[in-house]
Amino acid sequence: MKEGRPRSFYVLAIFFAAYVLFLYGPMIAIYVLSFQGPQGGLTFPMNGVSTFWIAKLFQGTGIVDLGAAFRRSLLLGVIVMIVTVVLSVAAGMAFRRKFRAQSILFYSAIASLIVPSIITSLGISLEFRIIDDLIKAHWNENFETSMGLLTSGLGAHLTWTLPFGLLIMFAIFNRFDPRLEEAARDLGATPWQTFRHVVLPIILPSVIGIGLFGFTLSWDELARSSQAIGAVNTLPLDLQGLTTTVTNPDIYALGTVISAVSFTVITLALGTIHVLNRRQAAKGSDAGKGLV
Amino acid sequence: MDTSEDILQQASPGLIPGSGTARAAKPTRLSPSFISWLQAGPMMLVFLAFFLIPLVFVVIVSFWDYNEYQLLPAFSGRGYTDTFEGCIAQLPELCTIGKTYLMTLKLCFMVWAITLFIGFWVAYFLAFHVKSKTWQMGLSLLCTIPFWTSNVIRMIAWIPLLGRNGLVNSGLVKTGLINHPLEWLLFSEFSVVLALVHLFTFFMVVPIFNSMVRIDKSLIEAAYDAGATGFQTLVNVVIPLAKPGIVIGSIFVITIVMGDFITIGVMGGQQIAAAGKIIETRVNALQFPAAAANAVILLAITFLIITMMSRIVDIKKEL
Repeated sequence: MKEGRPRSFYVLAIFFAAYVLFLYGPMIAIYVLSFQGPQGGLTFPMNGVSTFWIAKLFQGTGIVDLGAAFRRSLLLGVIVMIVTVVLSVAAGMAFRRKFRAQSILFYSAIASLIVPSIITSLGISLEFRIIDDLIKAHWNENFETSMGLLTSGLGAHLTWTLPFGLLIMFAIFNRFDPRLEEAARDLGATPWQTFRHVVLPIILPSVIGIGLFGFTLSWDELARSSQAIGAVNTLPLDLQGLTTTVTNPDIYALGTVISAVSFTVITLALGTIHVLNRRQAAKGSDAGKGLV
Repeated sequence: MDTSEDILQQASPGLIPGSGTARAAKPTRLSPSFISWLQAGPMMLVFLAFFLIPLVFVVIVSFWDYNEYQLLPAFSGRGYTDTFEGCIAQLPELCTIGKTYLMTLKLCFMVWAITLFIGFWVAYFLAFHVKSKTWQMGLSLLCTIPFWTSNVIRMIAWIPLLGRNGLVNSGLVKTGLINHPLEWLLFSEFSVVLALVHLFTFFMVVPIFNSMVRIDKSLIEAAYDAGATGFQTLVNVVIPLAKPGIVIGSIFVITIVMGDFITIGVMGGQQIAAAGKIIETRVNALQFPAAAANAVILLAITFLIITMMSRIVDIKKEL
């Protein structure tokens, strides 16, 4: 560091700072504006400072039934998170050996990530419509629909979160030392014990990262939910619906509340990862020292 | 728990490939490939049920007939003929679908060029100029956190800045640079491109950064020692080695923009036509075969672009 930095460093540092400002500036603007006074409008300057709009949101007198949508999104987010973590860790373990259909699963995940969301969403909605028609035609004429938050909605979200989970698992096992497992086996551990007491503690920080992706991506998901969620709306769908109609800071208040949940989850996850990493560094055996 | 432990325990001999253990194989032991199926099967099933089969349905339904209110499961090319209506009659003028795709490709190209420029230099800064691992982690995290927050909120966030009475306009009027507020700042192509860049540069930064941190720093020193200028090193060493990341990032950004309908809808004031929006409009009109036909066309074009780009790198090798 003492040898002095090249001029390009300062140019790029300014460029980077500008990019970060570009990322965060607008978001901060709406967080501030959601504390507008009761008379305030959609833009600066602030017309007093109050929690009027946020309070209005929670009274249920505002623009949407926040409570119900909030609970739905939270429920879906938590389920998506759990399923994403379990399935990604399991599939990640499978990819450490060769198995048939390996490349089919890999390319399915990549395709699911890059096929435009609207197409996946449309496909799921068509699939469930056809299932509904079949049920109506053959079993029960009064059947309403099999589409819903925890059927088609859950599936739609998983097509988005699972590829991220799988890619993170690849990244984990790329730098995982298999000798640790061999050592466990040599000491007589069963495969389950090896996984539970050796592999899992080592990969746990990254597994929490998968959970973070699972929850936040579901919590904010929009494009895939749009056709596949069924009759009810999630919070982001409600928010999107408001963009064309609302003329007062309600919408910013809702945005701020949604973001508050995101930031709480991000902080919790990153905090846990940090603590785990420090514990690993402090308490971990020196077995890994020669490898790191 | 007990049972699963038992199963795995029984499977243990098979899990030690090539260890040459002469332990007597238990009759009920599970083969390694069966274990792999158990582990990977659930994820495969999710993709099958919610991605692969739906895609098949999109293709099938695109050849169905429809009327005002329902799907008619009979073969028909109406979804496609409706989509391309007037395309031949209006020649040499472009028909609606042609214009829409032209617009989509134009947005795609602009967003791609800008995200590539920003993404490349942000990644370059993080990979080569930030020396401490802690700082590298911290700054990467700073770029990632917005990705974990809501896209719609990040779009709405531009309204108080770009609106007619927004910060930018009032600032410009105050300084006397303009007399009237600029109308093209919000609900325009400009705001769509701005929002797309704002939302999706992340997808460019991550893969390029990934490629760049793998570059052996001694290669760059070698280039300098051999007398290359900074620019020559960049063009002949860094860019070729970062190419896989550039291609993967480009695939992400291009496919996202090709299929986008939400950003284009919200930031374009629902006035700009795009490939993804046609699908949404058709669905809202309950014309599912037409929506599916448009989805097939979009899928084909996206697939074509990806194939062309993945000719350049082997994606699987880079992960």
